[in-house]
Amino acid sequence: MEEISKLVIFYLLAAAIVVSSILAVTSHRIFRAAVYLLIVLLCTAGLYLLLNYHFLAVVQLSVYAGGILILFIFAILLTSAKGDRTEPHDRRRVVAGIISAVAGLGITTWATLKHQFLYGNNPTVLGEHETNMRLVGQTMMGSGKYEYLLSFETLSILLLVCAIGGILIARKR
Amino acid sequence: MEYTVYIILIPMLMFLFLGLGSKWLAPRVAGWFGTLGMGVAAALAYATAWNYFSAGVAADGAYPTVTAWSVEWLRFTDRLHIDMGVLLDPISVMMLVVITTVSLMVHVYSFGYMKGERGFQRYYAFLSLFSFSMLGLVVATNIFQMYIFWELVGASSYLLIGFYYTRPAAIAASKKAFIVTRFADLGFLIGILILSFYTGTFDFGQLTADNASLAVTSLAGGSFLGLSAATWAMALLFMGAAGKSAMFPLHIWLPDAMEGPTPVSALIHAATMVVAGVYLVARMFPLYYFAAPDVLTLITYVGAFTALFAALIAITQTDIKRVLAFSTISQIAYMMVALGVSGMGDHAGEGYTASMFHLFTHAFFKALLFLGAGSVIHAVHSNEMEAMGGLRRHMPVTHWTFLIACLAISGIPPFSGFFSKDAILSAAFGRDKVVFAVLLLVAGLTAFYMFRLYYRIFWSEDRAYEKKPHDAPATMLVPLVFLALLSVTTGWLPFSQLVSSDGIPYALGINGWIAAGGILVSLAGIAVATRLYRRANDLPARLAAKWAGFWRAASHRFYIDQAWLFVTKKIIFRCISTPVAWFDRHAIDGGIDALGTGTQRCSEAIKGAQNGQVQAYTTFFMWGVLIIVVCVFIF
Amino acid sequence: MISMEHYLIVSSIMFFVGIYGFIARKNLLGVLISIELILNSVEINFSVFNRYLYPDHMEGLFFSLFGIAISAAETAVAIAIIINVYRLANNIDVRHIDQMKY
Repeated sequence: MEEISKLVIFYLLAAAIVVSSILAVTSHRIFRAAVYLLIVLLCTAGLYLLLNYHFLAVVQLSVYAGGILILFIFAILLTSAKGDRTEPHDRRRVVAGIISAVAGLGITTWATLKHQFLYGNNPTVLGEHETNMRLVGQTMMGSGKYEYLLSFETLSILLLVCAIGGILIARKR
Repeated sequence: MEYTVYIILIPMLMFLFLGLGSKWLAPRVAGWFGTLGMGVAAALAYATAWNYFSAGVAADGAYPTVTAWSVEWLRFTDRLHIDMGVLLDPISVMMLVVITTVSLMVHVYSFGYMKGERGFQRYYAFLSLFSFSMLGLVVATNIFQMYIFWELVGASSYLLIGFYYTRPAAIAASKKAFIVTRFADLGFLIGILILSFYTGTFDFGQLTADNASLAVTSLAGGSFLGLSAATWAMALLFMGAAGKSAMFPLHIWLPDAMEGPTPVSALIHAATMVVAGVYLVARMFPLYYFAAPDVLTLITYVGAFTALFAALIAITQTDIKRVLAFSTISQIAYMMVALGVSGMGDHAGEGYTASMFHLFTHAFFKALLFLGAGSVIHAVHSNEMEAMGGLRRHMPVTHWTFLIACLAISGIPPFSGFFSKDAILSAAFGRDKVVFAVLLLVAGLTAFYMFRLYYRIFWSEDRAYEKKPHDAPATMLVPLVFLALLSVTTGWLPFSQLVSSDGIPYALGINGWIAAGGILVSLAGIAVATRLYRRANDLPARLAAKWAGFWRAASHRFYIDQAWLFVTKKIIFRCISTPVAWFDRHAIDGGIDALGTGTQRCSEAIKGAQNGQVQAYTTFFMWGVLIIVVCVFIF
Repeated sequence: MISMEHYLIVSSIMFFVGIYGFIARKNLLGVLISIELILNSVEINFSVFNRYLYPDHMEGLFFSLFGIAISAAETAVAIAIIINVYRLANNIDVRHIDQMKY
């Protein structure tokens, strides 16, 4: 029963993701596109929950939905004139994009389906165990093998640099 | 005797100091530094000579060969390595003395002669460079070190000939000297390579040891075009020597080199650098004698021909420095002949001793002649005999010293030239009567043209001088007097006690008959010159008209320069250089150009792809990735 | 049970929709949104592979985490640039930003 409910939830999320992402890249109004992106990101967080990655789902929500989307909206408000919805598509480019995307998708799907992944049909793989938060924290802050303190610190510096760089680039001269 | 290395290092440091500091040094200060450095080097050289010769012979009765200082520079194999060192043996010690003495005299003399010239500091820097290179050449411990300094000498000679770089003639002369000697040095280098290829060493000591047995045995196998490897190697070495020492037909650069300042001519083109070739042959003499006696015969005939040839030209020249230049060629050829007719050991090696003796005495009296000529030129501001005459009353010191030098070069006793020339004649007489006859004739011609020069400068009649000529300042007279003293006295040195072919001292007497013959011929030459030129008369002109053909040919230097020009311009330039230039311009340049224009056309055609639209780039990228992925799956 | 391929196909669709958007959109912000889609699909892949193939490890999880952080940084800089472009050109149409051609 639970399996079926999971499956239903997955299909709902998948449908929402596919539809919203297509709308996000085709919508003529950039603000709407941002909202569709938000839906995609939320549904992705749902997928993470299905995978039992709760921490990842929370991060996805807070960083993407809470941070990046707000940035987007600010940028849209700053750069769009009122009623700015005219975005006539360049037909040649649309065709090129569609061909590229369909061809790529075809090849990828074919490769995915053709390949036999070796996790077997072992139901214990997706056992109900939730990822231990303590373990996540220790791994992130540890300095041993398979631990990520250095990457974490590097990333923090990267973020700082990006913040400063963003201010520098965007400031009025 | 490790201090001998400073004899070489001091001029080098002086060159660096004067060359780098010439902007900040007053001319006089630069001159003082250069002269002082040379003075110290000369003092050290005298000390070396004194210590070396007073130490006497070694146990085997010969003067020892001392490596006073040596450092390995490049190592190829255990035996084949290039060292930088100081080799002391009788001839190198003698050369040290000659070079430092003449160089010091020229340094002092140049104070007066070059006064007020632009580039006075540069001039002294170049003099130091030359002295350094020449000293390094004579003390070389191995043939490669000698070659390096040989080239340095050529380079500094180039710089000094072209000192007046605003004068086109000086530039042409410096280029000519450099190119001709470089051409000869090509032979030298190939000779070195052949020699070291077979013997596996550059070292003079190993090459000449035990009657050059190493070279004789190792070079025995090879032959090329019917001549043995030894003959080739030694003949090519002689080619280098002939280039530096201006032997026919490579003599053409030396007369033109007179475009340089006169003291430079005295130092480089009379006393030191031009005898480097003689020195090289002397240094390698055991190899020539034991491994390639044919080449010694070649040297003899080339030398004898050059001596006669240059003397004939010297008779007809009117530029006093050119007369001296051809006289130099003739006298160096004398030394070459002496080496050519020499044997090994004791009295058989008389020619070797005589050659070095003549080198020694000639350096002083020829430097004196040049410096005297410089003094005359300084006074009358011309090189041409036409502008001179009757100067004996105006310039007494120059006159007397010049006369001494003329007597010395003519071989009149008791002046130094007599002794060395007599030794050469005697050596030639013992070997080859024809060569002896030629040398005797050349001795007469030498006396004739030297006294022609002398009379036309100092006797004849007064010209209408703009300013009354007067003797040069003291800085120029002191070297003249000093060198005159040397020209008188050096002949009395017991030279055979110091320098001999095998290093063992022996007694070399004067052969009475030959000496008498030589003196008679010289006196005859002087007498003819006196009759013709002492007072102005029309006899020389009538004689010239009578032998007009000879006169014209000789005054055009027998058209050797024209022959070389024909060979280079007409044959080499037209038949080799022009096709090569065409190939270079059209095939190589054209190929590169085609590559360039091809690339340009290509990029012109495809530059539209780079339209600045990142999205277009992404599309291309995407397709590339997809194609690669498909390829990976298919193959 | 939901098989792994389900997730992978969803993420592939998201990825190639992003690619399409990147190529076809004209608005710079639209292009940026497409980039976010692409990044997001990649992060899904990382965590899916981690969960299915190596359930005892956490590399994929951390890759996703760091990917999210990097996309945040990238967005910050990109938006700063876009605002600057807007100031200079008064619009944010990609077709106008082609000074670097040829």
